[in-house]
Amino acid sequence: MGLLSKKDAKLITDPLADNNPITIQVLGICSALAITAQLKASIVMAVSVMFVLGIGNVVISLIRNIIPSKIRIIVQLTVVAALVIIVDQVLKAFAYELSKTLSVFVGLIITNCIIMGRFEAFALGNGPWKSFLDGIGNALGYGVILVIVGFFRELLGSGTLLGFKVLGDPIEKTGLYALGYENNGFMLLSPMALIVVGIIIWVQRSRNKDLIED
Amino acid sequence: MLEHIELFFKSIFIDNMVFATFLGMCSYLAVSKKVSTAVGLGAAVIFVLAVTVPVNWLLDQYILQPGALKWLGAEYADYDLSFLSFIMFIATIATMVQLVEIVVEKFSPALYNSLGIFLPLIAVNCAILGGSLFMQSREIPSIGLALNYGLSSGIGWFLAILAIAAIREKIRYSNVPAPLRGLGITFIITGLMAIGFMSFGGMLTGGDEGAKEEAETAQVETVKKDTENKLANNTKVNE
Repeated sequence: MGLLSKKDAKLITDPLADNNPITIQVLGICSALAITAQLKASIVMAVSVMFVLGIGNVVISLIRNIIPSKIRIIVQLTVVAALVIIVDQVLKAFAYELSKTLSVFVGLIITNCIIMGRFEAFALGNGPWKSFLDGIGNALGYGVILVIVGFFRELLGSGTLLGFKVLGDPIEKTGLYALGYENNGFMLLSPMALIVVGIIIWVQRSRNKDLIED
Repeated sequence: MLEHIELFFKSIFIDNMVFATFLGMCSYLAVSKKVSTAVGLGAAVIFVLAVTVPVNWLLDQYILQPGALKWLGAEYADYDLSFLSFIMFIATIATMVQLVEIVVEKFSPALYNSLGIFLPLIAVNCAILGGSLFMQSREIPSIGLALNYGLSSGIGWFLAILAIAAIREKIRYSNVPAPLRGLGITFIITGLMAIGFMSFGGMLTGGDEGAKEEAETAQVETVKKDTENKLANNTKVNE
């Protein structure tokens, strides 16, 4: 990355793997799991969080010197809630069907612990540009897990990706289905989201032994 | 009376906050290492949910819903403030948590010390906001049912965190593969518990009718689309 200094680039790349907000810091899992039955919903969720976290980090960083520390939680919640209302209204206006699928989980971005965590841990002590990069980096780390889970759940659960039938047609028995393959409907149900994340953590930690807990 | 009982069991077992909708997962995973702390947080969540859901129900009914401002006068009847619900709900929750904190500190310092850090944590627990948002989106009709919903989903959450804390205390003595230790195995156990809780689905309705209907409509839609596609193709061929 020529645009960014090494330190700045680290802000973005670190949360992608070694300090991933979901698998390492265990933050923001609530909304991450519920909407991953479809890849499209996962991507929209990731983009929404990126918007809220990027802009929110900048705003908090800009006003960090004038927030009284006693009421900072309320101030942070207000900033997040305002940004989430924007996201929600935009989704309702331009992607109504999708906003129905996401239902209350757009609202739950407010209580996504990644956002409060980044505000507390980073934006309150750093300048706006750094905070912006940090916000984008962490949202990307969150998005990566969402997209991986969404990819596997949609592919194995309904044989489609983003709504395109990549494995053939299950009704007319074309493609893989002609060989006797069946969709695993269980992947679309909630428990499998947890198990897929568990497996991701397993793979990640067996590749990087430093992360193993004892 | 029957609907109260039905809602009660439904929110505890079938629509369990942790296992069916993944609400409050962050604190569920973070605070479930020991049964005693899990019980403290669980009790606090029950209490805060049982207070905030009815309060937010009143807010929703008399301020936020489309046409809710009718009591102010006929000219306000068209107002729809529902876009404000996120900010109003979170404000109620933050206030209530603060209030609970003050009251508990005043009247029972011992309980305050044992809950200590958990109380402010609750303000950003997704289960609390999720309870209010689900109350709104499921259109719960009366304040009694709203109270019931808050209380029983809190109990469901309590049950879930208690169970996982007990399992995690035991699993410390098992030989789990190293990379899976800690977080990984907790996720997988939660998944297995969720599978178990899905079997409660038949408890009240004799099969999850809602889910079945949804699946059927989805199928009908795909079939419809397919036939439409075929028709489109046919017409093209004819041309």
